[in-house]
Amino acid sequence: MPIFLLHAPDGFFSTPVAITFWVLTAAALALSLRRAGATLDERAVPLMGVMAAFIFAAQMFNFQIPGGTSGHLLGGVLAAILLGPYAGTVVMACVISVQALIFQDGGLLALGANIFNMGIVGTFGGYWLYRTLAAVLGGEQRSRLPAAAIAAWSAVVAASALTAVQLAVSDTTSLSVALGAMVGWHIFIGVGEAVITVGALAFIAASRADLLRLRDSRPATTWEPAR
Amino acid sequence: MTSDSAPQSPLRRYRWAIIGLVITAFVVIIFAPLASSDPDGLDRVSEDKGFSGQGKDAPYEFLPGYSIPGIDNERATVILAGLAGVAVVFALTTAFGAYLRQSRRGSQT
Repeated sequence: MPIFLLHAPDGFFSTPVAITFWVLTAAALALSLRRAGATLDERAVPLMGVMAAFIFAAQMFNFQIPGGTSGHLLGGVLAAILLGPYAGTVVMACVISVQALIFQDGGLLALGANIFNMGIVGTFGGYWLYRTLAAVLGGEQRSRLPAAAIAAWSAVVAASALTAVQLAVSDTTSLSVALGAMVGWHIFIGVGEAVITVGALAFIAASRADLLRLRDSRPATTWEPAR
Repeated sequence: MTSDSAPQSPLRRYRWAIIGLVITAFVVIIFAPLASSDPDGLDRVSEDKGFSGQGKDAPYEFLPGYSIPGIDNERATVILAGLAGVAVVFALTTAFGAYLRQSRRGSQT
């Protein structure tokens, strides 16, 4: 058993499921590339690189959860909180692609689904939840960390549920079995995601709070949560 | 004395990015070798539910399993592969970001 096998290999998802999620990922990535370019602050460029490097490194650290299972950071919510959903999506796509292409972690046909589940669910869905929660809880300045914690946990659980659906549609296993098992473990793994996301944000807030405003540093960067 | 508007050396201006990369390197050097060897969430489910065998091997191998072929020391091979990955991911993503920003400015002027 390899120690570091993190992402779905080819064969877990059927070809139609894999292709469907390649198409969805390609569409989200195309949108992100267009929008990210329009709103990137000069300092956001190296921040994209540093975030991608950090998320790659953190994903190598599988933390122990009870019951003989481990989990690792996904990082989509963290990337989107710092960089916005579009640049955050580009970051996640770079990380997960390098893992597949250079480290043989995650299949090439499954890469679309892997980027969608571990990246886009967090950078779009998780980020939307973060903005909504932050607004409800009295503004991002005040409630950044609790909103980030809930969004990070939710993104992991949602990603695991989506993976279960993909496995079931692929006829790899039944939906009830996959859903119970995947969500059951990821309820705990999501706690690790929340801890690392909050820790990184708290560290940046304490040391370089100005980087937390990079996302909105250009007037064009007004991404409103859907109402 | 230098004011805020005076041009700074890139090294000073992007000191935070360098510190971020140093922290990242520490994550690889200190935490990656301590990673749990238990299967992760999806892996565990695939073993419990009997479909882990459906996973296909990659059509080629470059640095499989976050190790460098030929380096047998378990710590060293993981750390070196991790640092190589960090360098590649940082360079690729920064280049991508710079290109995106450049193409936007080009199309506006």
